[in-house]
Amino acid sequence: MNAKTIKVDFLARVEGEGGLFVRVRDQRVTEVKLNIFEPPRFFEAFLRGRKFSEAPDITARICGICPVAYQMSSCHAAEDAFGVHIEGPIRELRRLLYCGEWIESHALHIYLLHAPDFLGYEDVIQMAKDHPEAVQRGLRLKKIGNQIMTVVGGREIHPINVRVGGFYKAPSKQQLKGLTEDLKWARDAAVETCRWVSTFTFPDFQRDYEFVALRHPDEYPLNEGRLVSSKGLDIPIQEYEQHFAEEHHKHSNALHSALLERGSYFVGPLARYNLNFDKLTPLAQKAARTAGLTATCRNPFQGILVRAVETVYACDEALRIIAHYEAPDKPYVEVTPRVSIGHGCTEAPRGILYHRYRYDDRGLISNAKIVPPTSQNLKAIEEDLSEFVSARLHLPNDRLQWQCEQAIRNYDPCISCATHFLKLRVERE
Amino acid sequence: MTAPRSSALLIGVGNPFRSDDGVGGVVIRRLRGQNLPGFTIVEETGDGAELLEAWQGASAVILVDAVQSGVAPGTIHRLDATTEKLPKWFSHCSTHAFGVAEAIELARTLGELPPSLVVYGIEGLDFSAGTLLSPEVAASVPGVVSSILAEIRGLAGLKSARIA
Repeated sequence: MNAKTIKVDFLARVEGEGGLFVRVRDQRVTEVKLNIFEPPRFFEAFLRGRKFSEAPDITARICGICPVAYQMSSCHAAEDAFGVHIEGPIRELRRLLYCGEWIESHALHIYLLHAPDFLGYEDVIQMAKDHPEAVQRGLRLKKIGNQIMTVVGGREIHPINVRVGGFYKAPSKQQLKGLTEDLKWARDAAVETCRWVSTFTFPDFQRDYEFVALRHPDEYPLNEGRLVSSKGLDIPIQEYEQHFAEEHHKHSNALHSALLERGSYFVGPLARYNLNFDKLTPLAQKAARTAGLTATCRNPFQGILVRAVETVYACDEALRIIAHYEAPDKPYVEVTPRVSIGHGCTEAPRGILYHRYRYDDRGLISNAKIVPPTSQNLKAIEEDLSEFVSARLHLPNDRLQWQCEQAIRNYDPCISCATHFLKLRVERE
Repeated sequence: MTAPRSSALLIGVGNPFRSDDGVGGVVIRRLRGQNLPGFTIVEETGDGAELLEAWQGASAVILVDAVQSGVAPGTIHRLDATTEKLPKWFSHCSTHAFGVAEAIELARTLGELPPSLVVYGIEGLDFSAGTLLSPEVAASVPGVVSSILAEIRGLAGLKSARIA
């Protein structure tokens, strides 16, 4: 019998929380099970009975990497429910805050987590011995993203300045201007990142994905837009649950999100890029083309390159906002709670983050639903691994394991949202 | 005479919503309000890159985090990170997280370790979603608090000895 088993133990240190399991028999992949424990389930219960105004700060604690995304989706959900739409400088400040999160999250993933896979290092610590300047560049880029979050959000992790309706305190024009020089450096560094990453070798791999992202008529999507897909979906975010459902799988605590009509889908930088290339700034488009990309990219391994392009965009957009910013007279819009349901869907660094809340007449949350991007990508990751492993069965175990890890990291799976610890092991029967 | 600019950090690491993972935060909250000459208290989630930024320019760092090495819960580990490599079990090994151990080892490679870096690891038991510490872990908190106080006073004593 010619059989092998690839076992990826997420949470080897924490019993019973999940893992990845691939079974190969007679040169065929017969089973792929991806299994991630999801704290959002815990938070959904934790939110019941809490006031609408507490949701941004509570949900921000789900993830240390993308607290802004959680704050934004929960604020937009409350505003949707209470009939408020935010415009002007407050809206711009939200975009700026989100740019900060994209810059810091993308820099972390590109330089500290994913680049070592492509350059053949076990981790960034090994990579730093040979590429110290690249690592320093990544760290400085990330730091500048954090600086934006500190100035707009009040502090860099778990920003405390965000509230339903806007901000507790708006930064002054001068404070934002103070970020300009660093951001100009960051924009150059992001262009250099595109060039550097474009020299990597990308495994030849693609599938017939359905990409799903927000799309807005005037801008590359961050906070607002309709939900669209590469296979014709085009809906307001309020209809999310009519088209997407979470399936419970026997093998896992985790819920796998799927499109009711067609199954798996793909969210994140690659999806945004493919559905919104025309909304990137000229500099970001140029950086993409110079790096060898066209307006469509279907190879998930090139996600690292698209992240670099989005980093150029985020720096560009942040500079635009800062150049035109005038502090608002009042940093927030008052909201009046009412019995209602509200939906929020924004573009976290790794894809759409959906929140839905039911509120009572006092604005207390009676029911919450949170669907993080990582659980939306789970099915696509499983399908990728199934096909990817099938074509690489000739590889030795260690090589195959390496490439599986690299393939999982294409999605920048948010282990903070999804699991805390992840270990990977390959076994042949 | 003006007081010297604070350049020592006491960092508590962890996620308060992951049960025992929150013990770092519990310890440093106990230490707030105590006399900690020269030390500033910081709470971090454990994102390694944030740590690298947080301790830039600091002369001394004491860091408290939850760990899982397999010994009895509540066991207190103390490591001098400037002289010893962090053991593998210290790492929150993941495809995503760049954690405490990774930050310390990257700083070592880049020559950016603080001149003094002491790490307290408190052996945790339960890292599932929740806001309470396991009884064994909660019971270890006073011991860690007094060790850190002694450590800080020792450092302060060292400093005044040097000045003298």
